[in-house]
Amino acid sequence: MDVRTHMSMVFHLDKCIGCHTCSVACKNIWTDRKGAEYMWWNNVETRPGTGYPTQWENQEHFRGGWEMKKGKLNLKLHTRLEGLFKLFYNPSLPGLRDYYEPFTFDYKNLFNSPKKDVQPIAEPISMITGDPIDIETGPNWDDDLGGSNIYAKNDPNLEGLPQEVREQMNELERLVFNYLPRICNHCLNPACVAACPSGAIYKRDEDGVVLVNENDCRAWRMCVAACPYKKVYYNWNTGKSEKCILCFPRMETGQAPACAHSCVGRIRYMGVLLYDADQIPHAANVPDDELIAAHREMILDPFDPKVIAAAKENGIGDDWIESAQNSPAYKFVKEWEIALPLHPEFRTMVMMYYIPPLSPVVSVTERSLFRLDLMQEDYDFELFDRLDAARLPIKYLANLFSAGDEGTIRTVLRKLLAVRIYMRRKTVHGKVDSISRKTLAEAGLTEEQAIDMYKMTTLPKMEERFVFPNYHREMSIEAMLDPLTHKGEVGLGYIQQPKRGE
Amino acid sequence: MDWNLFFFVVFPYISLTLFVVVTTYRLIYRPFTQSSLSSQLLERRQLYWGSIPFHHGVVWILLLHLLALVFPKALLLWNAVPLRLYLLEISGFALGLWALVGVVVLLWRRITVPYIQAVTTRMDIVVLILTLVSMITGVLTASLYRFGSTWFTGVFTPYLWSVFLFQPRPELVISLPWIIQLHLINNFALLAIFPFSRLVHILSWPLDYLIRPWQLVVGVRDRKATK
Ligand code: SF4
Repeated sequence: MDVRTHMSMVFHLDKCIGCHTCSVACKNIWTDRKGAEYMWWNNVETRPGTGYPTQWENQEHFRGGWEMKKGKLNLKLHTRLEGLFKLFYNPSLPGLRDYYEPFTFDYKNLFNSPKKDVQPIAEPISMITGDPIDIETGPNWDDDLGGSNIYAKNDPNLEGLPQEVREQMNELERLVFNYLPRICNHCLNPACVAACPSGAIYKRDEDGVVLVNENDCRAWRMCVAACPYKKVYYNWNTGKSEKCILCFPRMETGQAPACAHSCVGRIRYMGVLLYDADQIPHAANVPDDELIAAHREMILDPFDPKVIAAAKENGIGDDWIESAQNSPAYKFVKEWEIALPLHPEFRTMVMMYYIPPLSPVVSVTERSLFRLDLMQEDYDFELFDRLDAARLPIKYLANLFSAGDEGTIRTVLRKLLAVRIYMRRKTVHGKVDSISRKTLAEAGLTEEQAIDMYKMTTLPKMEERFVFPNYHREMSIEAMLDPLTHKGEVGLGYIQQPKRGE
Repeated sequence: MDWNLFFFVVFPYISLTLFVVVTTYRLIYRPFTQSSLSSQLLERRQLYWGSIPFHHGVVWILLLHLLALVFPKALLLWNAVPLRLYLLEISGFALGLWALVGVVVLLWRRITVPYIQAVTTRMDIVVLILTLVSMITGVLTASLYRFGSTWFTGVFTPYLWSVFLFQPRPELVISLPWIIQLHLINNFALLAIFPFSRLVHILSWPLDYLIRPWQLVVGVRDRKATK
């Protein structure tokens, strides 16, 4: 057992209101620069939809992630030798059009325009060339299903859904959507790291953050193509790749990343996960339907004395172990098993997790009136036994979060529903009855767990949502220098050591 | 002033000094500036027809030049059989033409595509023009003065070594046809601007990609050392 630590984020999709505050917070801090205008390290997309960049999940086109061939795992993008031959032109690289051409408006014209009969307008101009452009698309062009007959219809996750269900999803009375906020998943088996010919991308040992060393990057752009989530971006101005850094400077000082901190829906949780690095090769290389189980298996129980001993053996401090024990991520991912990785079939072993959303009951039209498709008997939560009546098809969610395995999604949704039923009986009706106890038991939860889940979902304080260990950055300098030498050298703002000349 | 002395002794030393000193400085102290500065994100169709022929052509041509410089004997031995000589000459010529086509496309793209203009510096244009001259004079030399792969070893190999060993023998190249001389001077010019341009990306040979582990993990402290 090789115990390591990872900072993980959990997204509770039921709570996301699609306000894009997270994206804007991130943009303001990190990507509001020349060459980075088109980057959204955090973006929120409407699902069903084609996402950003358009059709990023279509790996036949973009060739991201890993591929299992004859029991062996290889980059879908290239073999090592092929990679070197593609340095000069990378056929799988998305073009700017796959994202969008960043634009602004010529506001000056509003003030400087000569007197005319008509109002002056601020023409849209490209932020790359400065020329006037026709804006054809932008990030979230399909927000809230806008233009759904072009976008939502072409969602790659609709694959495997019967044609009539697809049609129904386009009918007004069945329309449904949810939001999917996405950042870099800081994977355990990152394809970007593996694809970089220069070895410029690496994973930080202490918290698993995947970073690009900008000094080593030579703009071969293999990372951009290899990341199946398209979360590495190429800065066209500096000629270097960039990506989400999980706001590590904030985490090191005990603050949540900007996206999580600013989240209006409070959908995001963060904490330490302990995992067994020895299991990664196996867990990334099992058949599709075993991926989730193998992934969960790899996450270790921070209360298990054996795990604690092995962690200490690996030099993990008591404060990190304690932090892992209090981690909300551990509860959602492993204890309650309701948070799932996005597209586990890409096999990069993501470390950010999603709690799939519930959706309303379908309605039918009868004599041109809408009627909810409810059951006859009085049963206060319609969906529990009839998940197929939910507007978001189970298969669709399964394609997103469980490599197509519907069973996993059903289990998770039933847990979420059982907690709702139980808490409704408890708070609205004033007493818990046998039905709600039965549903809880059927969903595989104890009453205690249900209450914990309820509390963690609805009422958590900031410090319960974000549990950060002490990074001990004051000690990190030991890796390079004697701390006392360092002490005498700080504060002058030199890039190079202030060494006396000869 | 003796122009021969300037072009074949003084200028080579100026450019070699710049090349070695400034490049070393830049690689060590300004690593952020070393990048291939790809513009594929902004424009890809013309790049495909420019970058692939140019790079694949020029890499092999440079290697052949290097071979003639470092292992002249081996090259002469290879050329001893006429068939092999023809094979080498023809493929060298073809590669040169291919690279020439590539550089023309790249230059055209740099000048005409607005998206590329937005990321073009004056130095980029200088580099492309010098490269173009280098390709044209190279291809002309190969076609007008047959069997370069053989006479190179008798003329340029000793001349270049004489320069490297600080005992310059300009007399070896003074009487060459002007096209070949231009080729030589132009390449020294390329060497001189090398450290001031995007050309530094040539020095990043990511060959260890073939053998390194897939994943890289970097820690503040060595885990094992803390045991
Ligand atoms: S800030 Fe939170 S609620 Fe708003 S879109 Fe982002 S994740 Fe969703």
